[in-house]
Amino acid sequence: MSRQSAPTAFAALLRRDFLLAYRRRAELLQPLVFLLVVITLFPLGVGPSPKLLANIAPGVIWIAALLASVLSLDSLFRSDYEDGTLEQMVLSGQSLALIALARTVAHWLVAGLPIVLLSPLLAMWMNLPDAGVPVLIKSLAIGTPVLSLIGAIGGALTVSLKRGGQLLSLLVFPLYIPLLILATSAVSAAVVELPYTGQLGLMFSGLIGALTLAPFATAAALKLSLS
Amino acid sequence: MNPIVLFFHKTGSPPWFYRFSGYLIPWLWAIFIVLTAIGLYLGLFRAPADYQQGETVRIMYLHVPTAWMSMLIYGMMAVMGFIALVWRIRIMEVLVVASAPIGAAFTIIALITGSLWGRPMWGTYWVWDARLTSELVLLFLYFGVIALYNAFDEPRKAARAASLMSIVGAINLPIIYFSVEWWNTLHQGSSFGSKGSGIHPDMLWPLLIMATATKFYYGANLLSRARLILLKQDNRKRWVQELLAKENS
Repeated sequence: MSRQSAPTAFAALLRRDFLLAYRRRAELLQPLVFLLVVITLFPLGVGPSPKLLANIAPGVIWIAALLASVLSLDSLFRSDYEDGTLEQMVLSGQSLALIALARTVAHWLVAGLPIVLLSPLLAMWMNLPDAGVPVLIKSLAIGTPVLSLIGAIGGALTVSLKRGGQLLSLLVFPLYIPLLILATSAVSAAVVELPYTGQLGLMFSGLIGALTLAPFATAAALKLSLS
Repeated sequence: MNPIVLFFHKTGSPPWFYRFSGYLIPWLWAIFIVLTAIGLYLGLFRAPADYQQGETVRIMYLHVPTAWMSMLIYGMMAVMGFIALVWRIRIMEVLVVASAPIGAAFTIIALITGSLWGRPMWGTYWVWDARLTSELVLLFLYFGVIALYNAFDEPRKAARAASLMSIVGAINLPIIYFSVEWWNTLHQGSSFGSKGSGIHPDMLWPLLIMATATKFYYGANLLSRARLILLKQDNRKRWVQELLAKENS
């Protein structure tokens, strides 16, 4: 069997993941519904005062996004691991980092991008002032890929464990902290009309860093899980 | 064979490591006890009280060395984890795993002594200050490594997963540190810098002695734990059986 070129393999993996995602639409919706429910709990818990909600909005939305992202990460490699597809991918001769990157990109497109698209609604619910909304969308657009990239390392490490979900959150939440700090401070700064490009720039550099390094760590973790 | 290469091959062999560390451990414990006794005596009785902080400054002799150790051990774990994954040296995997509980313990001591120090100085046990927060995050990273190790049934796979996790955590640690620092700072800055320290010799010496003592403690505890893990992993191998036979005879 001849080996496919890297871009062909990448595209094939993406196509396969989209098809799989489309066939399991209900499963895809779960993290998003989870996100909406978590956001709904906050006004009920802290009171519906618009001013208070506006104050905590960036943090609440971002934390809910972190939770939703971890929820979907547990299943990122699991079904492939269980039915042996993952082993075949390792044996395919393609770079494992490339495979990991393709899976991560697909994960972001089906689990991260919907959060970005939902964020205006969430901002409205949490009464976030209008000045903050575009920055919230931008911060999520830059930040959610990083969540997928870092989370994939945790997903790959815990894939061979029967109950990896809780462990996964313990592993990746500490790594998400810089992102959470930068994103919420950018949105809060935008609300009071302070400059926020610095924070977004740092987040972007984080995205580039994660894009270059994380697939290799994910590949190493996958190899380890299959050993 | 080149003596250095030979040394690495020897340390990589569990029976040799077991014997070698057996000779080393009593010395490490002895030096640790002597240094701690001197350091605590100098720090608690001889060093002057601070002109601003009064007697409470003495917490420093426990707080600062343990906080240093908490960071150093994580760094060590990442370096050893890298060696373990790249050259597949089993002793290194064991050392990473053995380091994690010690590092976590140092982190907890640093957090507790810090909050006891914070009460009289800042008027509160806990603030979401940069250094406190990053120390707490470091503790969670330790817990993550320990939990990951315990989650696997197969000890070697578990150790390799823990090694990889410590490397990933170590890359993120400076980023977490700087982001948290930028987020909020109340903690006093470090008194040590490239231009020499701004701390009086009477206070510096007990601090440095305590810092050295904690390193010997780490060495002694690390080797003891590593020996125990090796015995457990190899309990069916010949060298352990021979060892047991010798003990029993």
